[in-house]
Amino acid sequence: MGGGLYSTDKKEFDTNLDLTRIKPYGDTMNDGKIQISFTLPIEDGDNAIYAAIELSKKMGIEDPSVAYHKSLDENFTFFIIYGELIHSVDATKIKAKSVKVESMTIEEINQYIEENIKRKLIVIGATTGTDAHTVGIDAIMNRKGFAGHYGLERYEKIETYNMGSQVSNEEFIKKAIELKADVLLVSQTVTQKNIHVGNLTNLVELLEAEGIREKIILICGGSRITNELAKELGYDAGFGPGTYSDVVATFFIKEIVRRKIL
Amino acid sequence: MITTSKLNLDFELVEKARNVAKVIANDTQTFINAHTTTTIERTICRLLGIDGVDEFGIPLPNVVVDHVKKTGKIEKGVALYLGNAIIHTKLSPQNIAEKISQNQLNITDIPIKGLSEIKEVLSSIVQKNLDIIRRNKQKREKLIQRYGEKTQPLIYIIVATGNIFEDIVQAQAAARQGADVIAVIRSTGQSLLDYVPFGSTTEGFGGTYATQENFRLMRVALDQVSEEEGRYIRLTNYCSGLCMPEIAAMGAYERLDMMLNDALYGILFRDINMQRTLIDQYFSRMINAFAGVIINTGEDNYLTTDDAYEAAHTVLASQFINEQFAKLAGLKEEQMGLGHAFEIDPDMENGFIYELAQAQMAREIFPNAPLKYMPPTKYMTGNIFKGHVQDALFNIITILTNQRIHLLGMLTEAIHTPFMSDRALSIENAQYIFKNLKDLGDDIIFKEGGIMQQRANDVLNKALELLIKIEKEGLFKTIEKGIFAGIKRPIDGGKGLDGVIKIDKEYFNPFLNCMLQELNLGDDK
Repeated sequence: MGGGLYSTDKKEFDTNLDLTRIKPYGDTMNDGKIQISFTLPIEDGDNAIYAAIELSKKMGIEDPSVAYHKSLDENFTFFIIYGELIHSVDATKIKAKSVKVESMTIEEINQYIEENIKRKLIVIGATTGTDAHTVGIDAIMNRKGFAGHYGLERYEKIETYNMGSQVSNEEFIKKAIELKADVLLVSQTVTQKNIHVGNLTNLVELLEAEGIREKIILICGGSRITNELAKELGYDAGFGPGTYSDVVATFFIKEIVRRKIL
Repeated sequence: MITTSKLNLDFELVEKARNVAKVIANDTQTFINAHTTTTIERTICRLLGIDGVDEFGIPLPNVVVDHVKKTGKIEKGVALYLGNAIIHTKLSPQNIAEKISQNQLNITDIPIKGLSEIKEVLSSIVQKNLDIIRRNKQKREKLIQRYGEKTQPLIYIIVATGNIFEDIVQAQAAARQGADVIAVIRSTGQSLLDYVPFGSTTEGFGGTYATQENFRLMRVALDQVSEEEGRYIRLTNYCSGLCMPEIAAMGAYERLDMMLNDALYGILFRDINMQRTLIDQYFSRMINAFAGVIINTGEDNYLTTDDAYEAAHTVLASQFINEQFAKLAGLKEEQMGLGHAFEIDPDMENGFIYELAQAQMAREIFPNAPLKYMPPTKYMTGNIFKGHVQDALFNIITILTNQRIHLLGMLTEAIHTPFMSDRALSIENAQYIFKNLKDLGDDIIFKEGGIMQQRANDVLNKALELLIKIEKEGLFKTIEKGIFAGIKRPIDGGKGLDGVIKIDKEYFNPFLNCMLQELNLGDDK
């Protein structure tokens, strides 16, 4: 598709940043440059390339250029496409509900619990449903933690129970009642076809049915979890990848005090 | 292959470690020999030709074993009752199983004929069905001979659509792109089922079920691509969980080429009872040995929960133990796909060098084993661009140290199960590196007393120390203490303990005895 490395076309657009109309950025403000890749279930060739270009235009990409295409199998072709997006969004009107907690140190957290809650907190964690990945819940709970952030097991004022993976919601709740848990941590790492959403919703419903939803802090985390999604599903908070135990702990101790679950 | 040690390893220590591991395995074997399990008994049913499900969808091997468990002495084994029933009814094992499922026959209240007569009547069925497995083994050998064996690392990829028919499309495409080994991922949760589902399946989470019919369908599809490509494409599944030996038997019937087969993995990561799965592992490995299947062990998983740098010696110690368990089950070194993984934190200075030392060490200590090397997963972030580079470094280690079974890393690890394009890009990455660096490993030597030599000898020393500790405590106690992967499992905890059976003096497993003989293990016992 070529045209050389440098575009000699003169494009007329306003190069001033306007937060009410932001667009992707390549190397010039408002150039709208984006890259996409996808596979079409069609034999490689001119028809396939035109199909990819047409599809890109429908996505709102101007001047889509097929930088690379390759046959993956007889009837499958892979594309890498660059182009300019016609759409923009008003960034001033966006209000993402990210969890705003400053993260305290382990010592500060222990002290906060001692002064404000005056007892040990009980935290139960599990990877629920059919998900077999424990990497997320382990990173938060295991003594060793992740990337130098020690896990909750190391916190003197927190008693932890890591139930591992493939825990059913029913088992999880049974344990929560048995141990009188203050905080439930649910991890969902790799799930197929969005089943994690159904699974997370089901847990909230069961907790409500048991009448204990209000007595606990309910938190979920995982690679595809956002705080917004979590709140929508009825959780107190949701944490995405790259969150460490200190951030999670800071959130739930303050939430316990705020909600007076003492 | 390696003629001298690049790492200047102390092979006296290696020998010592092997011997300690042997004592550990032998100790555990004494326990194993005194037991059977419900899934081993079901495997005997399957190997005698019992298959299919009853009107409620319960597999007939389960029906038969549950029947004997309820009405007779399961400690004597199902073979005794089935053989006795054959003499009395003149029916085939399958017909007997059907009659049991319809409540038309109770095989435990038939007066028991002489043991030798029972063994004799079973013997022809045993030989006939083992012939199917022998023929599969020969067919594999013949096909590999015809197409020629690949000398470079085998590119191992997974398919995980959850639908066997979609899996076939993905697997065939991947094979044409250059994959040599196809693993069909099971539905998560199958390892905890105490039965094997029946028939082809089009559902599951994160994969679809391992069933004999799914094995057959995929085998046919891969044989077809092998023929087109002039390259033998190997098929892999999972001999783990609560039905280890049954899946081994099904795989042997359908000519699978590799099996994930590791008790420690089930104990640590699926919370399966340790007694149960170690007993199951023995018979399943023996079936794999007999069928010419390469097993893959799961040490790589330790590093997903434990630190790859600090816990490196636990991987080596476990490899030594797994090697001895494999030997006891009749596996040749060429069938031992001992596992390890590229999981060092990418932010660690010289991480690549430590990784190279570890991989080279495994290569030198287990020179004939087709080592199974796993890609980075723990530190994959969703940044596909960096991920592709992480996978490139992993590919470099494999080609430099001659790893055999190379589970291909995917740039989209930590995001989703691979798309067709993810696989194609990753295969391209590996092939590029394998080709460009083909003989580099043979051309470089490691600096005397350098980082790598020091590191490897350090890991070896620590592994030996750990093995000596395990020898003192016994394997069961060691697992209870959480030495591997930092996970503690109690001896009476986990799933499947109720399926463990202490055997009676009259107990016999006709297949075990026959395989023991053929694998030349008679004297070792």
